[in-house]
Amino acid sequence: MHTRDFIRLTGSSIIMHRLRSFLTSLGIAIGIAAVVLLTSIGEGIHQFVLAEFSQFGTNIVAINPGRVTTHGVAVGVFGTDRPLAMADADALVRIPHVRAVVPVVQGNSEVDGNNRQRRATVYGVGPEMPTTFSLTVAAGTFLPLDNPDAPRALAVLGSKVRDELFGNANPLGNRIRVGGDRYRVVGTMESKGQVLGVDLDDSVFIPTARALDMFNREGLMEIDVLYRESASASEVVAGIKRVLTARHGKEDFTITTQEQMLDVLGNVLDILTFAVGALGSISLLVGSVGIVTIMTISVTERTGEIGLLRALGSTRQQILKLFLGEAVILGALGGIAGLLLGVGGAQMLTLAVPALPVHTPVSYVVFAVILAVVIGLIAGVMPARRAATMDPVEALRAE
Amino acid sequence: MIRLEEIDRVFEVGDQRVHALNDINLHVEPGEYLSIMGPSGSGKSTLLNVLGLLDRPTSGHYFLSGSDVTSLSEDALARTRRSDIGFVFQFFHLVPRLTAAENIELPLMLDGIAPAERKPRVDEVLDALDIRDRAHHRPDQLSGGQRQRVAIARATIMKPAILLADEPTGNLDQASGKEVIDTLERLNASGITLLIVTHDQQLGDRARRYVKMVDGCIVTDQTRG
Repeated sequence: MHTRDFIRLTGSSIIMHRLRSFLTSLGIAIGIAAVVLLTSIGEGIHQFVLAEFSQFGTNIVAINPGRVTTHGVAVGVFGTDRPLAMADADALVRIPHVRAVVPVVQGNSEVDGNNRQRRATVYGVGPEMPTTFSLTVAAGTFLPLDNPDAPRALAVLGSKVRDELFGNANPLGNRIRVGGDRYRVVGTMESKGQVLGVDLDDSVFIPTARALDMFNREGLMEIDVLYRESASASEVVAGIKRVLTARHGKEDFTITTQEQMLDVLGNVLDILTFAVGALGSISLLVGSVGIVTIMTISVTERTGEIGLLRALGSTRQQILKLFLGEAVILGALGGIAGLLLGVGGAQMLTLAVPALPVHTPVSYVVFAVILAVVIGLIAGVMPARRAATMDPVEALRAE
Repeated sequence: MIRLEEIDRVFEVGDQRVHALNDINLHVEPGEYLSIMGPSGSGKSTLLNVLGLLDRPTSGHYFLSGSDVTSLSEDALARTRRSDIGFVFQFFHLVPRLTAAENIELPLMLDGIAPAERKPRVDEVLDALDIRDRAHHRPDQLSGGQRQRVAIARATIMKPAILLADEPTGNLDQASGKEVIDTLERLNASGITLLIVTHDQQLGDRARRYVKMVDGCIVTDQTRG
């Protein structure tokens, strides 16, 4: 049979029962729209979170004390592992491709200044902090290069701390107290906003050695290493491992690359997208039941026609294809309508709620239409088989 | 042309066996005009279904144009029906959503004949049956007689050797019935083998050869001069 005739025969049946075909396709359309819309939101959140994460730069390797054992617990805190020392951080600078090393200690403390008080996050960091995490100094300078073991008592304020303590006044050169010790403010940072719940603006940056003293810690919480973009992460990781293992006598630390973190995060977010997509698929399932129902009715109604076609010499396969074709067209029409609904809905959502990140990837769009066609095909199999295996004598008698 | 040898057709109805056709032997020469009559349940419709390859006999052999079609596959039977046999039904069996011309075209479509080639063939039968001006009407816009003529056009478009008509006038008024019979007889005169199953004695009497069935058996088979 020619394709044109095939389309004429299946299409005419769909057109003849306009309302019925429309409602059947609508079932699929709603399902596809739900899938497209929900996965668009999922994918939007995915991209949003990854962008938030990678705004610190992606060429970062984090080193934490303690080895993550097969039990999955970092035993550094309790075990005999050596803490990460300032000297370890210094040693890492000499590894090839390393651009900057930031030893980090973090804690929470009272900050006094300009007769006001505020509890803020205190970061003990090195002078390379802004380079490593793509932070910008708003006024003054960041912590200067100093003797890392006995640095001067200088502090840099996050934008929020500055606003809260000093308002519009210039904080540069002023004295503040952090955890009881006196510090001189040498700079303030540009606002970075909240990043996944971490508010770098509500922070005070002081030299690492001083933070170690203040929080009475034996070792660093983390060392962050920024490497050149041209270098490979594995090369840098190997270098870090070699140097630290030589210094500690064993591998009692954990290295996490930004790449790994993004991978893990990406996986989690993929599951999220998949989950919302699966949720939408339930309505798709309901839609496919609609196709099965209508096709079953259609086969029963057209029993006489099936008998006629058989008498005119059509093969069982031709009958099968005709009814399958009809189901596929219903599915495809629903798919295309659903796609327009879904993409349109996603656009409307962007307009209505600009804060909600929405992104519809082309691959999902193609997948949605193919899915609708496949659903039509599967839903059509049972009724079409019934039509094809009908006894022509019985079928002709039906009218 | 048609040769039936010891054809039996047995239906299982519940735990009863119904002998719809009982040892039927029948020879039909090309170009014959044959009417099959008999009371309801005499097996005449079953005989027509077997002749039309829609139903398979339980036993016996059916030779069509010299070859045994009893053992053909389902697809081969479909192809034979398509090319060699035309059906005319009591209730016309037109596809309601297709125009008259498209209904007539159906066998050509199923056979995969190119649209360009189909057009002249459809025009030809439309003219032959005098329904040219109704070509683009749907069945529900046609009178009964016109519908049956569309059905006859469809049955003859593949130029089959045999035309099987099951009560072709059963659903028509007197005048339309007459028209349809004239059409069928004209086709027979031009060489087609015509078999008509009917209740109508008047119609049955018109055929040159008259077959009467009772309880699955042929009781009368006479050719009139």
